[in-house]
Amino acid sequence: MATKEVKPADPMIDPATGEFRVIGQGQTFRSITEKIARIVLTPHTPMGWFGLFTVAGGVAVVLLTAVTWLFLVGVGIWGITQPVAWGFAIINFVWWIGIGHAGTLISAILLLFKQGWRNAISRFAEAMTIFAVVCAGLFPLIHVGRPWLGYWLFPLPFTMTVWPQFRSPLVWDVFAVSTYATISVVFWYIGMVPDLATLRDRSQSKIGQYFYGMLSVGWRGSTRHWMRYETASLLLAGLATPLVLSVHTVISFDFAVAVLPGWHTTIFPPYFVAGAIYSGFAMVLTLAIPLRKFYHLEALVTERHIDNMGKVMLATGFIVAYGYGMEAFMAWYSASHWEAFMFWNRVFGPMGWSYWVLVTCNLAIPLTTLWSRKLRTSIPFMFFISIVVNTGMWFERFVIVVTSLYRDFLPSSWGTYRATKWDYMTFVGTLGFFTFLFLLFVRFLPMIPMNEIRMLLPGAKIKPKVAEAAD
Amino acid sequence: MPAREGTYGLLAEFDTPSDLVRAAQQARQDGWRRMDCYTPYPVEEAAEAIGFHRNKVPLVTLIGGLMGCAAMFSLETWISTLAYPLNIAGRPLYSWPAFIIPAYEWTILWAGLSAAFGMLALNGLPALYHPLFNAPNFRDGATTDKFFLCLEALDPKFDLVEAKAYLQQFKPNSVVEVEY
Repeated sequence: MATKEVKPADPMIDPATGEFRVIGQGQTFRSITEKIARIVLTPHTPMGWFGLFTVAGGVAVVLLTAVTWLFLVGVGIWGITQPVAWGFAIINFVWWIGIGHAGTLISAILLLFKQGWRNAISRFAEAMTIFAVVCAGLFPLIHVGRPWLGYWLFPLPFTMTVWPQFRSPLVWDVFAVSTYATISVVFWYIGMVPDLATLRDRSQSKIGQYFYGMLSVGWRGSTRHWMRYETASLLLAGLATPLVLSVHTVISFDFAVAVLPGWHTTIFPPYFVAGAIYSGFAMVLTLAIPLRKFYHLEALVTERHIDNMGKVMLATGFIVAYGYGMEAFMAWYSASHWEAFMFWNRVFGPMGWSYWVLVTCNLAIPLTTLWSRKLRTSIPFMFFISIVVNTGMWFERFVIVVTSLYRDFLPSSWGTYRATKWDYMTFVGTLGFFTFLFLLFVRFLPMIPMNEIRMLLPGAKIKPKVAEAAD
Repeated sequence: MPAREGTYGLLAEFDTPSDLVRAAQQARQDGWRRMDCYTPYPVEEAAEAIGFHRNKVPLVTLIGGLMGCAAMFSLETWISTLAYPLNIAGRPLYSWPAFIIPAYEWTILWAGLSAAFGMLALNGLPALYHPLFNAPNFRDGATTDKFFLCLEALDPKFDLVEAKAYLQQFKPNSVVEVEY
């Protein structure tokens, strides 16, 4: 059925399955190693990289400025006030953490499901996770008001003998996010060790050999090592899967455990997790599309990847749509005056425009177009969709945080929310910081896992022993 | 480890994983035990061929996970009931359902760290020096596109001349003697 839409002569289509190939034809162990290692080991950094690096670094300086001023003056420079005491910081925190989740999904859950196509995109999706978590973790830290006391969040024995209060979802969050960050870094690094060994062996420069030699801890590809390595990877994937689901669940508890209309719902955990994956895949596309073009990796990150990511977005988009629908339904079905008013106010109130941005970006545009295979494999369109969904998911968090808070039970305490320039600078600054870190990653570390790609090549098949005449 | 001298082993280079697996299977059948394969990606058949079936990584991970769970749950219980009891909306001090979440996270944290670092430790890594890196063709191939079988000198069957002739029958690209 699917084959009818496309020209059968297309070399990127496997005639046996009618699907797009996971890897372009004619690649060998050496050619893919060269292709990927060259990006890192070349002495000639492309000018475009320097250009982007300068821009991203400049935007990261905006973050530095905003945070420095924040530390000098205090959180009063932000738009947060009563009744909206949670503003951009929490919105950005949830948005960034959500983006990170697709990386873990690709590297862990799709590994468990033996989805071979994920191999090419798993490494930079994991890197995206780590840098997104770095950006996310920044926000609660700077939001506490006195970040130098941030260590109070952890159960540490200090002289005041004050300890955390373990019935609070905010304390659960500390453990969920710190575990997530640690496990993501470990999973990423362990996955990279054999590739770092390849770089050590291919590097021509003394510095490169030393640097990659230290990082690759003396990996030599012994079969015994590989088998333990495979077991450990599988176990880490098996551990990261419940972890990633728990992290966004715990984040949704920050809201759902409160008794506020608009927050106090049981649909939040699955709806948050699906939304996280939705926005995360959008971010993977936002990064993958320019990268494959810039570094000519079309044979490794193929239309198959773009197509499959479109399908995942379609599925998770519908789970998110169900979440929105359920919120509306419960507003009516609960017969609670407060719930009904909250929903009416969210959709038609003075900040109702944000709800309609969300509906347009998360539902109207992607869920009507991603059905078409033609559009799913159109690279410019998918880039556009990825930006649209990222915007939509940011507004989803804006809607949840702000429109639930600004008109609560008592009309005399109603207010509004207006972000200040420092809010915008902090948010835009993290986008720059994220890009900055990501550019360093693509320049100095192997962004596509060479050892996993080798397993997908036809040469990796073990041919049965040639039948010999019995003697 | 005291510095060793002499021959570490003989290293045969193959172009395809199938050749390697066939050679390794035959060598094991012929009674070789101290040997290893070196490949640029995991080849399960090679592990089968040299008789390496089970490893201890899952056990290490399980122990780590259980320790993490026990450590966090006890810490929470101690803090909430003895070290710093707080009345939060009249809830019991020992609110075990709320304690599950951090304990769950620490189970995963400790299990994951045990899996990763346990794997490295069981592999004897980090080990920045290894005699195989002395072989001229090893570093160009083992992490890129060549497949190696190494018969180690510690094997009682090992005799430099005979082992070399033995490896030649598998028609490798080359057989190299590896020095310590």
